[in-house]
Amino acid sequence: MAAVETREKVSQLGEKYKYGFVTDIEMERAPKGLSEDTVRYISAKKAEPEWMLEWRLGAFRRWVEMHEPDWARVHYPEIDYQNAYYYAAPKNTPQKQSLDEVDPKLLETYNKLGIPLSEQMMLAGVAVDAVFDSVSVATTFKEKLNEAGVIFCPISEAIRDYPDLVKKYLGTVVPVTDNFFATLNSAVFSDGTFVYVPKGVRCPMELSTYFRINASETGQFERTLIVADEGAYVSYLEGCTAPKRDENQLHAAVVELIALDGAEIKYSTVQNWYPGDEGGKGGIYNFVTKRGDCRGHGSKISWTQVETGSAITWKYPSCILRGDNSVGEFYSIAIANNYQQADTGTKMIHLGKNTRSRIISKGISAGKAQNTYRGLVSVHPKAASARNYTQCDSLLIGGSCGAHTVPYIESRNPTARIEHEATTSKIADDQLFYCLQRGIGQEEAVALIVNGFCKEVLQQLPMEFAVEAQKLVGISLEGSVG
Amino acid sequence: MLEIKNLHAAVDGKEILKGLSLTVNAGEVHAIMGPNGSGKSTLSYVLAGRAGYEITGGSIAYKGEDINALPPEARAAKGVFLAMQYPVEIPGVTTLTFLKTALNAQRRARGEKDLDAMTVLKLVRGKAAELRVSEDMLKRALNVGFSGGEKKRLEILQMSLFEPSLAILDETDSGLDIDALRLVAEGVNALRSPDRAMLVITHYQRLLEYIVPDRIHVLSGGRIIKEGGKELALELEAKGYEQIIKDAA
Repeated sequence: MAAVETREKVSQLGEKYKYGFVTDIEMERAPKGLSEDTVRYISAKKAEPEWMLEWRLGAFRRWVEMHEPDWARVHYPEIDYQNAYYYAAPKNTPQKQSLDEVDPKLLETYNKLGIPLSEQMMLAGVAVDAVFDSVSVATTFKEKLNEAGVIFCPISEAIRDYPDLVKKYLGTVVPVTDNFFATLNSAVFSDGTFVYVPKGVRCPMELSTYFRINASETGQFERTLIVADEGAYVSYLEGCTAPKRDENQLHAAVVELIALDGAEIKYSTVQNWYPGDEGGKGGIYNFVTKRGDCRGHGSKISWTQVETGSAITWKYPSCILRGDNSVGEFYSIAIANNYQQADTGTKMIHLGKNTRSRIISKGISAGKAQNTYRGLVSVHPKAASARNYTQCDSLLIGGSCGAHTVPYIESRNPTARIEHEATTSKIADDQLFYCLQRGIGQEEAVALIVNGFCKEVLQQLPMEFAVEAQKLVGISLEGSVG
Repeated sequence: MLEIKNLHAAVDGKEILKGLSLTVNAGEVHAIMGPNGSGKSTLSYVLAGRAGYEITGGSIAYKGEDINALPPEARAAKGVFLAMQYPVEIPGVTTLTFLKTALNAQRRARGEKDLDAMTVLKLVRGKAAELRVSEDMLKRALNVGFSGGEKKRLEILQMSLFEPSLAILDETDSGLDIDALRLVAEGVNALRSPDRAMLVITHYQRLLEYIVPDRIHVLSGGRIIKEGGKELALELEAKGYEQIIKDAA
């Protein structure tokens, strides 16, 4: 009885998705639908060299013959790929020399998102590349990074300015034919970020990209390529938001990371795409392929993700541990509330000797949401003394949600050591009552308990993002307790 | 401070409290004693406002105000504190973080400003020393891996930190050995004050040797069946609940 009352009260309190605004800005779009012409249009818009167009067309021809994967525990109506736009750009952006030339409406949008692109950003010491729908609109700190020899620019620019680097690495971790969504992305990706950290360089600042879908009926297909040369180090952060719309929008990104001998890449994501409303209407379909290749001896790649948004999340940031003694890590918080569906996890592919991997996954389900951890740990015959530790914890809030853990473990080397631990728990009534009795309100109590549950992962985030992520955890679960 | 009149309360539609009346004035310590199932814990939860404990009749006035409709956190901010029989564990949330969150939530509800981390730390450390709550306990996750004694000491520390007007101690003696009991009782006695009322709920007379009450009420079948001064505890100990209940009937 009392429980129902509280739920109603709480849902009235619920702060709605605060990034749900739309920026009214004139857009330039490709004609609706997807064909070779669309691919040519995008490539021409980007003034790409011939080889890039050919690469895209190759991908498109493969994609036409591929089928959408159906093995994930997510359900959604069939997507009509012909009924969407594949390229949308703010009309007066592309050729900009400085921030002053960026459309003030765009800057205002980024301010609303809490991404100060100008002075404040300098103080924060974070370099930001901002991708608005399909194009990258502003990159701060470029010069300072140039001094260190770090390349940090929109991938469209890299294709023109650093073709040799792009050709050498693009598609080497996630091949063009990898999977339906990655192949689609290869054909139509519009922009994204390119990072190259040269030998022995420790990138002097955190690099960051904010992705924003603004236009309606438009898919976002960004492509990120990060290369850390021998002995280099880089920490990269990615944030995502989108307006509230009744329709579902497709986001199919590809991220490739390459770490050469002794290099380290730390990749953090705070994904807050619009999750749809309380009734499950609208929201982003987030079908993303992220993979890192520990190509070099003693290299390390670490993924940290806080997934709170999207109607559907289909995402498995993975590590190929190719180099001997390389290390892969995956720290994940996936929150699904209302009608959200998340199927997320990782793959750790041990190829080299003495390779180590660590997986810490925290899944939180509330409302009518379904949250699945899906993970593969694979030890190949030559990966002597490989080690993996996996810990998968699920937390349920309320009685109508679901948590699922689907671990796949394949070991073909007898010296491998693989540990898997999994727990499922609920926010107990007595935990909640204890907090309330001490004066902590319902919403704050849930946020406190969930943040405690996620602590090991939150600790992996850079400080300023950890604070943001903690708040986000609270906001995402508002209205979830009954 | 607290005036309960003809209180009826039900859990899952089953009536547990059946016309309970009780008055506790500021500065007094009252003990509620009774056998298992008499409604002792229900009374403490009803006073704290726990969901699922439904008042079906009668009234509770706290400082002259009817608090029936107030949620637990609002009662806490107004100075109602319940030291729990089984303090819960909250993994990943350090004890200090919890104390700071709770203290500031109460302050905010009263229109006071938040205290910063350093101020809270100093405040907590001062109280922790008296109750032998170690620095290590403050850094560990709330109640996780704490011994029974540590958990109860932390409850008393919170009581001391929040400075409630009405403190309800629900079976604070359960699970404590004699040394731990003495330490907890000393902590409670130190908090006796002319502005504060306490309701000590217990099964055994033992606790009342250390926390000497002004009045004792015997609860049975959801009603107070006998009342008296501190000597009533000894009579109970000698006769047992069964005999006392028979005598009262």
